[in-house]
Amino acid sequence: MTAASPRQGLRRTYGSYGGRFVAETLHAALDELENAFLDVVPTPAFQATLGKLLATYVGRPTPLFRAERLEKALDPNATVLARLYLKREDLAHTGAHKINNALAQVLLAKHMGKTRIIAETGAGQHGVATATACALLGLPCEIFMGEEDVARQAPNVGRMRLLGAKVHPVSSGSRTLKDAMNEALRDWVTNVATTHYCVGSAAGPHPYPELVARFQAVVGEESRAQLHAETGALPDAALACVGGGSNAIGLFRGFMQDASVALYGVEAAGEGIDTARHAATLNRGRAGVLHGAKSYVLCDAGGQIQEAHSVSAGLDYPGVGPEHAHLRDSKRATYLTATDAEALAETRRVARTEGLIVALETAHAFAKIGEVAEREAKLRGRAVTIVMCCSGRGDKDLETTLAALRAVEGE
Amino acid sequence: MPSATSTPGERISRVFSERSESGGAALVTYLCAGFPDVASSVAHALACVAAGADVLEIGVPFSDPTADGAAIARASQFAIAGGSGLESALEVARRVRAASEVPIVLFGYYNPIFVRGDAATARAAADAGVDALLVVDLPPEEDSPLRDAAHALGLGLVPLVAPTSTEARLAGLAARAPKPPFVYSVSVAGVTGSAHADLGEASARAAHVRARIGAPCVVGFGIADAADATKAAAHADGVVVGTALVRIVDDAVREGLSIEAQAERVRTFVHDLAVAVHAPRSPQNSAPARTV
Repeated sequence: MTAASPRQGLRRTYGSYGGRFVAETLHAALDELENAFLDVVPTPAFQATLGKLLATYVGRPTPLFRAERLEKALDPNATVLARLYLKREDLAHTGAHKINNALAQVLLAKHMGKTRIIAETGAGQHGVATATACALLGLPCEIFMGEEDVARQAPNVGRMRLLGAKVHPVSSGSRTLKDAMNEALRDWVTNVATTHYCVGSAAGPHPYPELVARFQAVVGEESRAQLHAETGALPDAALACVGGGSNAIGLFRGFMQDASVALYGVEAAGEGIDTARHAATLNRGRAGVLHGAKSYVLCDAGGQIQEAHSVSAGLDYPGVGPEHAHLRDSKRATYLTATDAEALAETRRVARTEGLIVALETAHAFAKIGEVAEREAKLRGRAVTIVMCCSGRGDKDLETTLAALRAVEGE
Repeated sequence: MPSATSTPGERISRVFSERSESGGAALVTYLCAGFPDVASSVAHALACVAAGADVLEIGVPFSDPTADGAAIARASQFAIAGGSGLESALEVARRVRAASEVPIVLFGYYNPIFVRGDAATARAAADAGVDALLVVDLPPEEDSPLRDAAHALGLGLVPLVAPTSTEARLAGLAARAPKPPFVYSVSVAGVTGSAHADLGEASARAAHVRARIGAPCVVGFGIADAADATKAAAHADGVVVGTALVRIVDDAVREGLSIEAQAERVRTFVHDLAVAVHAPRSPQNSAPARTV
């Protein structure tokens, strides 16, 4: 590394949120990662390699699909919803947007000379994406996953193992994503010289929130261009589900500067935001510090982090990326919630109206299309166009969705 | 209430000076407040003092202790399940202070402090007789609100350094005024209880950190017994024992011992450590004289 000359680093804070709240041991590695991002990612060589992989391996650009039957199902006379477009991240290789970030990070880690990759995963989509990137680029991969998630997302555990990754079930705490991240951080602090920690959401200590957002911005940039090509205009609203918030921030990045585009995130309300069992961090949490960043967290009055709950393992997290905290406070984005029951019902509706079996995470966003259309149509006095990130496919959730289906329709 | 002094946490600095003058190093012991309960933690802490501990670290249990290994993480979970947290740690400090003048460092993670408020936490800590705060996940770049609040009350804020700390980061710490009461040098890249620390190297690094920053430097992480403590103390101003002590408590609790019997186990273990750490070092090993 050449002597540090003054230059613009990656964005460190979002309003009063973000920052780098980690033990001293990790600071040098986080600086190294930020410098590598600034030095390597803009180079033509890196851009060419990543661009070719995104096109020929991931399948980018992913399509923008107009969901006309769902439009009619939601609003038969098009009084509030004029057009609904789905950004088909479920069609990306490995079945979700997670591969955009994982592939770019692992490629960057290889440029940095790292010889081992670790990652946390909730639903397993980020774990599968990281295992895939490591298989493709020839690096050993170890994934930390809560025991509860190992049980409810068995197909993804199998995929990671088939891809050659070692999966470490985490038995501490709530045995979900939060605890998987704790274990990944403990591994990283121990093996920091050789290992890159491939964080899966736009969360964690600086520079991860900005780095992940940059790698996911392709979702929003493509959506903007595709929608413009199709309609000649911007959408009225952009909508995505929010756990840590990486698919949402990726979509939002395409429209952040367009004041006319309303941004909507949907959090998991679990069994209801007035119960103790939800993951609605931005709606029911408070400012706090978890996993290296200041953001909203679910914690008690004594500052102990609380267990989140969602039927969707990918949204089951008591924190959220710091940029979302700022977008919430500044009112640039609006964060709604959908319950477990709403998400499960929505998976059936989307499957039967559009032939899409979507992830439970994604179903939370689908469940709020009608509400977003009503809110925006009322504000604008006309039916609106919505673009929604269809962030992932639902094969991994079949056991859960089929159990819910049996409860409703019998065997 | 500490009077306004040039060195926040002055009671701690005095202890390091005294140990240095007698040719040995200081022993710092860590206990997780509320493991297994507040009354036991107080008894264990006073047993540490009786056995020769120079500084107490009272650990604030946190739900997500990412810098801690399994032993302290489990103790923290147990303590939290019993209702312990920042308030209980302050209660332990208050009760220890009522019985002893031993310097006390409140040791924990930032979220409980942030949620209570930086100024409110500093005030509560000062009122409880705490001398300094050490917040694992609060690096210098982020610590201004708490540091300012602590200094205004005469409390110190103890920084961490690690084997991965660059010279530039050490220089950043050196440039800060006032000086911290001491610096905590992590022996190894890892979590508490790491078994693979090179303690000779860690001790030499502590001497470098002391020279660079101009404050006493202690070595912690991976010091399990008196032999480890001797190695770590060779060039350092002090040695921290945490995980090994938490394991002693854990075993005593599992065996169902009374509080008095638990405290006796603690006293025996800490006594051996104190003898090793306080022993005057051979001349080629001794820490260079230091002015406060």
